[in-house]
Amino acid sequence: MSNIYVIVEHFKGQVEDITFEMMGKAKELGDVTAVLIGAKDLASQLGGASKIICVDDPSLNNFNPEAYCKSVDAVVAAGSPDMVLVGNTSMGMDIAAGLSVSQNMPLVAYATEISSGSVVSQLYGGKMNVESSVSGACVVSVLAGSFPADAGRSDGSPVVEDMAAPDLSGLSVKFRKLIEPEGGDVDITAQEVLVSAGRGIQNEDNVPMVEELAAKLGGAVSCSRPIVDNKWLGKTRQVGKSGLKVKPKLYLALGISGAPEHIEGMKDAELIIACNTDPNAPIFEYAHYGCTADLFDLIPALSGKM
Amino acid sequence: MNIVVPIKQVPDLVEELEIDGSGKDLNREWLKNKVNEFDDHALEEALLYKEANGGTVTAIALDSDDIEKALFAAAAKGADKVVKVTGDFGGAVSSHTAAKALADAIQSIGFDIVMTGVQAVDDRDGQIAGLLAGHLGAANVNVVTSVEKDADGLVIHKEYSGGVVAEFETSTPVVLGIQAAKETPRYVPVAKIRKASRGLTIDEIAASGSADAGSEVSRMFKPEGGAGAEMLGDDAEAAATKIMEILTSKGIK
Ligand SMILES: Cc1cc2nc3c(=O)[nH]c(=O)nc-3n(C[C@H](O)[C@H](O)[C@H](O)COP(=O)(O)OP(=O)(O)OC[C@H]3O[C@@H](n4cnc5c(N)ncnc54)[C@H](O)[C@@H]3O)c2cc1C
Ligand SMILES: Nc1ncnc2c1ncn2[C@@H]1O[C@H](COP(=O)(O)O)[C@@H](O)[C@H]1O
Repeated sequence: MSNIYVIVEHFKGQVEDITFEMMGKAKELGDVTAVLIGAKDLASQLGGASKIICVDDPSLNNFNPEAYCKSVDAVVAAGSPDMVLVGNTSMGMDIAAGLSVSQNMPLVAYATEISSGSVVSQLYGGKMNVESSVSGACVVSVLAGSFPADAGRSDGSPVVEDMAAPDLSGLSVKFRKLIEPEGGDVDITAQEVLVSAGRGIQNEDNVPMVEELAAKLGGAVSCSRPIVDNKWLGKTRQVGKSGLKVKPKLYLALGISGAPEHIEGMKDAELIIACNTDPNAPIFEYAHYGCTADLFDLIPALSGKM
Repeated sequence: MNIVVPIKQVPDLVEELEIDGSGKDLNREWLKNKVNEFDDHALEEALLYKEANGGTVTAIALDSDDIEKALFAAAAKGADKVVKVTGDFGGAVSSHTAAKALADAIQSIGFDIVMTGVQAVDDRDGQIAGLLAGHLGAANVNVVTSVEKDADGLVIHKEYSGGVVAEFETSTPVVLGIQAAKETPRYVPVAKIRKASRGLTIDEIAASGSADAGSEVSRMFKPEGGAGAEMLGDDAEAAATKIMEILTSKGIK
């Protein structure tokens, strides 16, 4: 039976959903070992695994890319997993590729489907899937939301094994602090209606038009990441992987392509309507209704009907 | 500080993507390329750092179609040096292959900080930053949104979900996967790029070692479209009418 290691992702004393998503999938593929770096007290939440390997040390209290990398590396080197699952998340990105080089194991990233010997990756902003065949042990980094989390939550009583931390003296990277986002004027996670603007709105001057539509619909404006990076709207309006997860009654996406990092934040909205001139935009796979009109025509047309 | 910024071209997703005859790769004949958007952010953050603290910025790329233009653009924006790694890098190059070739070249140039784009739309076998760091024996932090200098070395911000940011300090050498620069990446008009290209030499370094992905592409396919949206057409008036009906029926408007 395959021996699958799942690297546990945790933050502020909580095991993150991605961990349970990976554990659920791993259980279908073989025998699951959860690798828990720091936060040993969280072992009680990992009943879905048959074994837990804990590495704990004061320098692992907060996520530290370098210290976590070294610890995962030591755990993987000491065992002989057939597959190591890591989240394709902000933390996981600091672990997977380094592990691939140090352990000389192939890495397949952006995985949405895994079976023994083959992995499907979602690439090109969600426009193409690529299946890879891998023989031998490998590292797979898994996109959040690919597998149900519930399948990974269960009440087993795994064997817990402590492993001494590797030498973590003389780290180059030191954790200083967490900076919480400033509260915005509007909490987009509490809105029933979100009108969301993407790069398709072209420039800052077009933001008010979207705001007006949102106001007419009794909701607020949210957006994709490039709008925030361009400083056209504040960070508190960003939906997605590095932004907020929203679940409004209506999510109206205007000029958003539907990159996986955006989808992660809005796919559970009750009603998704997308407007995008590109009929192949991935957003249409997640939307309930779609139109390929120009958003600059659709906005006035909608406004005119209210 | 010597900052090295690897840049690469990726397919422009505005265009329709086609699969080639092998069924394993994109049809690259008519593909329109553009510089990976996150590389633009990496270069911007490197230039901001240099402008604030001094140092040099070197843009480096593997030899591929149109890469000279991208390197000239980097020079026009303010890179001090541009380097092309020569070798067989046509078509789809795996991240492991690219990282090994880049790491050898970067090692030979010397570096304090490497800033790459955090990811690219085609890095099937992993993000380059972590692979590079592995080869270079340097620490690696990704999803970085700010790099500043202070008395203890570098202060970097890394983004988690929900807009939470972790602050780290680090010594060099270090490899950083940049998500977003502090400022919107600067734009240079074509005329300025043309001007920068005159009399500019692209240094060339021949790729030495090699590495492969360790996995093989067996199939490329378009997503099946899950449940898929019910399409309301491309006429704005008609679509707006239908959308209003849907909203009314759901009690939203
Ligand atoms: C670690 C990481 C975290 C990330 N986190 C997030 C996140 O939290 N949220 C997020 O959104 N992104 C995030 N991203 C970025 C993500 O990868 C995409 O780059 C981003 O979502 C693209 O935004 P977009 O859809 O607005 O832009 P694009 O992908 O450029 O899409 C614009 C769309 O507008 C359409 N369009 C253009 N003109 C019109 C018109 N006139 N009418 C109608 N449609 C038009 C185009 O066809 C295109 O599909 C993250 C990336 C990384 C690497
Ligand atoms: N062939 C390449 N040449 C130069 N830089 C590259 C190459 N491949 C990847 N990179 C760098 O690594 C970044 C992330 O790429 P990737 O890891 O492939 O997502 C790119 O955007 C570049 O900064």
